Amino acid sequence: MAGGTGIKAKHQRLVLLVIALVVLVAAALLAAWALRNQASYFYVPSEIVANPPEQGRGVRLGGMVQRGSLRTEADGVTIAFVVSDGKARVPVVFKGIVPSLFVEGSGVVAEGHMGADGTFVADNLLAKHDENYVPREMQNMTRDQARQVMQDTK
Amino acid sequence: MIAELGLAALWLAAALAGLQLVAGALALSARGASLGGIVRPVAVVQGLLALIAFLSLVYLFAVTDLSVKLVAMNSHSLKPLIFRVAGTWGNHEGSMLLWVTIMGLAGGLVALIERRLPEPTMLATLAGQAFVSLGFYAFLLIASNPFERLWPVPQEGNGLNPLLQDLGLAFHPPTLYLGYVGLSIAFSFAVGALVTREVGPAFAKAMRPWVLGAWIFLTIGITAGSYWAYYELGWGGWWFWDPVENASLMPWLAATALLHSCSVLAARNALRAWTVMLGVVAFSMSMIGTFLVRSGILTSVHAFAVDPERGTFILALLAINIGGALTLFGLRARTVTEGERFAVTSREGALVFNNVMLSAILGIVLFGTLYPLLAESMGAKVSVGPPYFTPMSALFAVPMLVVLAVGPLLRWRRDKFSRIGKMMVIPAMLVVAGVLLTVMLGGVPLMPTIGLALALGLVWASVLPLEGRNLLRTPLPVWGMVTAHLGIAVALLGMSCESAFSVEKLVAIRVGETTEVGPWQIKLDAVEPVAGPNWTALEARLLMRYGDDGRVVELGPQSRSFWAPPQQTSESALLTRWNGQLYTVLGGEADAKDGRSRWQLRLWWKPFVTLIWLGGLMIALGGALALVGRVASDLRRIIARDKIEYRRERQGRAGRYS
Repeated sequence: MAGGTGIKAKHQRLVLLVIALVVLVAAALLAAWALRNQASYFYVPSEIVANPPEQGRGVRLGGMVQRGSLRTEADGVTIAFVVSDGKARVPVVFKGIVPSLFVEGSGVVAEGHMGADGTFVADNLLAKHDENYVPREMQNMTRDQARQVMQDTK
Repeated sequence: MIAELGLAALWLAAALAGLQLVAGALALSARGASLGGIVRPVAVVQGLLALIAFLSLVYLFAVTDLSVKLVAMNSHSLKPLIFRVAGTWGNHEGSMLLWVTIMGLAGGLVALIERRLPEPTMLATLAGQAFVSLGFYAFLLIASNPFERLWPVPQEGNGLNPLLQDLGLAFHPPTLYLGYVGLSIAFSFAVGALVTREVGPAFAKAMRPWVLGAWIFLTIGITAGSYWAYYELGWGGWWFWDPVENASLMPWLAATALLHSCSVLAARNALRAWTVMLGVVAFSMSMIGTFLVRSGILTSVHAFAVDPERGTFILALLAINIGGALTLFGLRARTVTEGERFAVTSREGALVFNNVMLSAILGIVLFGTLYPLLAESMGAKVSVGPPYFTPMSALFAVPMLVVLAVGPLLRWRRDKFSRIGKMMVIPAMLVVAGVLLTVMLGGVPLMPTIGLALALGLVWASVLPLEGRNLLRTPLPVWGMVTAHLGIAVALLGMSCESAFSVEKLVAIRVGETTEVGPWQIKLDAVEPVAGPNWTALEARLLMRYGDDGRVVELGPQSRSFWAPPQQTSESALLTRWNGQLYTVLGGEADAKDGRSRWQLRLWWKPFVTLIWLGGLMIALGGALALVGRVASDLRRIIARDKIEYRRERQGRAGRYS
């Protein structure tokens, strides 16, 4: 639509509309495609053991930190612990500063991916901050399973 | 007593908003025309009453009146005064009251000063504004009364989330709200223009200062929010694509698009329906943002409401306002007559490209933000993070930034690339140089490489519109545009450098030991307990030296424990140099093997990271320059018009008496 060469105003509006629509639809399709690949799913230990995600794919793992499983490696900054939901256990390693309310027997959501040896490598830990701030995935779990899990993992 | 006064003022304001809506709507018909005169004064008084209600609440928080439920739930008499006052809007009810107050005041201001548009359009605009306000008044009075009393009166309040006890909080929410609510004015103008079919340059010029103002505040709010997250959370990142951050980014993207399409409409009378549509979309994004943040559907420090009734209420408001406006748009869009034509290669063409790309980014962000909510309603728990948002938005941002380099140099209506080709030589060379530089350094991922190269080219290209101009006589809006575009380049440079060259180190060391990060040598000198007004902390004394012969500087990151409510936070300590920032966080005590405990330290050296926020502030400054320029020329025109009228009147009188 070289300017002014007889294209009617109505047509210009149509062309603009079509271009805008095409780009927006393209954006929506791209978004849908990318979301399928990039969204990170939430697992509890029994799910991740039964049906592990492909290695390296970002996922979240939520459960209770098993009592007696937490230890700090020799470098002083790597910690290893076991997350459990009463049915299955998953070993987790994390390198970093742990949230202040991260203790044995409490709930945690770990963001990361499965390593080659079945260990979950966490990049980030979300622990319960206080009564008002619970990681969203923990809400149902603490209600439904926490008591039982606590008994199992004691 | 004060609480009752505030509540009464709030009810009166709501009643006046109802009157404003009815009178404004009736005045559009021939029979109700006599009602038109009261709409403007009513809008002004409504704003003042909302202000009285808000100030009452501020007072209650300042004196910690614990007989008011909201104060008891969210405040504590031992907090410093500034945080007691800031606590007014650090909770759901108070923040909604702040929202309607700003909205009322803005509506009053429009009623007071805007004389450019035809009177029916103004009446429709004010009625639209009243309609939106009325929804929020109903929300406050029915579902979240901030002045509710509590019996028996508790001994002490619950306190405020320590993460929020920060000076940033005092300014962050009001700034964003000013932005959100400014867009509500743009929305009302769009509705008014649709009702009376008066979409033209006058409409764009009347709307532009409000969009600009809202956009400036949104820019500042996002920049400040990003810096707050950066130093307060202690994670070293400056943008997390958290839904709450996205909630502020989406209105910004829509407002940016609106700003640019407004200037096309004002200057060239094109893109009429598109501009109106963006006016509706921009405020819709503000409301979606408020819904996401305040409904409790997301869990974060921002989600105050745990009451599902409130989420439903906001959702209903959202549906009524957006649905209503879109229906109106659907009915009237065809009758908004077509604007002027333009060629592809023209300023308009470039701005259309900018608009489409911004809308695409907006779509990407909106989609990614809502997807987890949709998935959850279908039973799957997912979260969407940077691996989705960053590349997907870059896909559209990069072409947009390329066009940004060229667009401002093009002429309106029609132009040729050959005319500006020569000017693009240096920016193009800078881009190539940037790519070569990062390839030579090696190990820089693709995205930062593109960003760095593009930013270098943009720094040059964005000041080109000033070339050949007399700088003293260049209009302020042009300066504003150049400053804002340069700010984009600067921020992009900061983002790229941060992700390309940051060095991170995580160590556990004993007191007296030394570690290195980037060019810094850092010695842990001591770890000591310190105490504040409502917290105690362990503070590490770090002695740092830049390079081998630098001066020794001291920093003290803390691990703080608050007691009301009990919670721990990490207070990072930052050291800023011209070429970057050193970021230090104190972690916990690692178990001691041989009796001497080791302390966890997390250290980052982030070259040029401060450019991100400097760029953000430059963008806002650019907006401010443009706003001042526009308002000043409006004022000059009003004064000139008054003078002409005055002369005419005098001449007429002189003629009569002579």
